[in-house]
Amino acid sequence: MTAETGKPAAVPAFGDAVLDARLVVDRGAFRLDLPLTIGPGEVVALLGPNGAGKTTALRALAGLLPLTAGHLRLAGRHLDHPDRRVWIPAEQRGIGVVFQDYLLFPHLNALDNVAFGPRRQGLSRHRARQRAARWLTRVGLAEHARRKPRQLSGGQAQRVALARALAVEPALLLLDEPLAALDARTRLDTRAQLQHHLGGHTGATLLVTHDPIDAVVLADRLVVIEDGHLVQEGDVATVIDQPRTDFVARLVGLNLHRGHADGHRVRVTDGFHLVVGDRHTGDVFVAFTPSTVALHPRRPDGGTHNTWPATVTGIQRHGDHLRVQLAGPVAVTADITPAAAARLTPRPGQTLWATVDAAGTRVYPATPTPRAEA
Amino acid sequence: MSRRDAVAARTDRSTPPPRPRHTSRVPVALLLPAALGLLFLVLPLVGLLVRTPWSTLPQRLTEPGVLTALRLSVQAATLATLLSLVLGVPLAWLLARVEFPGRRLVRALVTVPLVLPPVVGGVALLLVFGRRGILGSWLDSTFGVSLPFTTAGVVLAEAFVAMPFLVVAVEGALRGADVRYEEAAATLGAGRWTTFTRVTLPLVAPGVAAGAVLCWARALGEFGATITFAGNFPGRTQTMPLAVYLALETDLEAAIVLSLVLLTVSVAILASLRDRWLGSR
Repeated sequence: MTAETGKPAAVPAFGDAVLDARLVVDRGAFRLDLPLTIGPGEVVALLGPNGAGKTTALRALAGLLPLTAGHLRLAGRHLDHPDRRVWIPAEQRGIGVVFQDYLLFPHLNALDNVAFGPRRQGLSRHRARQRAARWLTRVGLAEHARRKPRQLSGGQAQRVALARALAVEPALLLLDEPLAALDARTRLDTRAQLQHHLGGHTGATLLVTHDPIDAVVLADRLVVIEDGHLVQEGDVATVIDQPRTDFVARLVGLNLHRGHADGHRVRVTDGFHLVVGDRHTGDVFVAFTPSTVALHPRRPDGGTHNTWPATVTGIQRHGDHLRVQLAGPVAVTADITPAAAARLTPRPGQTLWATVDAAGTRVYPATPTPRAEA
Repeated sequence: MSRRDAVAARTDRSTPPPRPRHTSRVPVALLLPAALGLLFLVLPLVGLLVRTPWSTLPQRLTEPGVLTALRLSVQAATLATLLSLVLGVPLAWLLARVEFPGRRLVRALVTVPLVLPPVVGGVALLLVFGRRGILGSWLDSTFGVSLPFTTAGVVLAEAFVAMPFLVVAVEGALRGADVRYEEAAATLGAGRWTTFTRVTLPLVAPGVAAGAVLCWARALGEFGATITFAGNFPGRTQTMPLAVYLALETDLEAAIVLSLVLLTVSVAILASLRDRWLGSR
């Protein structure tokens, strides 16, 4: 388990994890069961579709929701352990949270918002404000200290919220979709600044997001959950390179199919094989980018390996080309250039021929052991 | 808002697709009772203004009896409001924030004084706080304190009738406030009491203020419970409404002047709340 992006200091060993938890929360039909460890200075991104349990996990960590089972230990201190009847309430946990819509106290100015935590830690009003001023300076908002939250822009409010969470010097920093409320341009700037500040945070950081770009830029390691369960975990490059679920594949824009490999042939469904570049045996994932999929109005001649008729189900603009959703023996997405689009004039319901070059495919074992990370 | 904006806003409101109901004639069967209703509500107030002895008003207002009653009314209403704040805000918080069995029943009980005839409230207060009452006899024998027919009794009677207004207003404000601010405060190390004083209360301050004003206005006009529980002693328990009632039998002009004072106070309160409640609708 290594973190290989960006931050040189972030190479946590298993033994000295700041956060060591197994979060189990039962809520009627939904059950979250997520093992989670984070090392000092490490940034872990918790990714998952809506309703996967990301927010539940965050609330359980923050102490806003009790665990049903499992355990939660932070910096050697048990915070929640139902079996041992241990429960430390949120206000005694020392966990900083940046909420999705920041939740800056509207009746306090930026300085007093940031000073709120230090003040509760027993600092005098004067000392608390001094510390708050230092944090506001760090996030570049020293001159906005007297402003009320409603007088701040979205990006500024986000930085005040970050300063407020960090001012309590938390062992664990939780960020709930920290950039989701910002427009695209502000998001770019704020993301870069967030990356800088997270780099300086010596505690553990958990970033809850559904934006793969946030995860790639900010995190050392990705934890992907679906329906309350861990489905993939690993360093950013591996997860993005070798997704194990449709969710991750869609997130990073890959076509992903699971099948049984026998040499160069992978049986994806009964009667449908994909010919791939690498030789494998056993259960595998086959991944290929949408731009690997070529579309033709008629069955192409020549010796392309993977050719099948496919029905157009959807067309979207995607950057400077078109993304075409296709149904058929396997569902795939294809990216085509405007020139190709002009030639094909794809419409929903239309049948085209799809081809995939064997050399453009990636194949890796589907065994659940994270061998690929080694 | 600039003038042009105001004009634009007005035209915006009138431009939506023509609604036939607005353009067709209002039925007389509705218009007539509506006009009568308006007249019925406004005419007495006009009558009060017409019959006001404007020439002697200044000296009437400065008569010792008027000033005493006014001072007592304002003091008692203010004390009743303070009592309602001290007891009512925590009660509202409990109803809005804490799940406990029988919460609906408690909420219903709190609103009973709203619909209870005030005289009945006064009788009930006598039965509890009267000299022979359940609590009153104990207060009398232990501390030598007797509440009925004292200024404290006036405050008690007014608070009993007026506090539900405050509780209902504050509970509504608390329910409307975003609980997640309180969660944010908790993650920053604030316990429940600190969260309440530093976050919740400032967030619902406008609601508390509005509730307090309503409560004060209701206390100021309180008649039935006060006269039943506290009696009608000038300088001690005779508030403005009681003085009006008494003056009516002896000196009509005095009653008119006292009524005018109460009307002025009521209108001032309405004006102070206008932005908040009438303006926003």
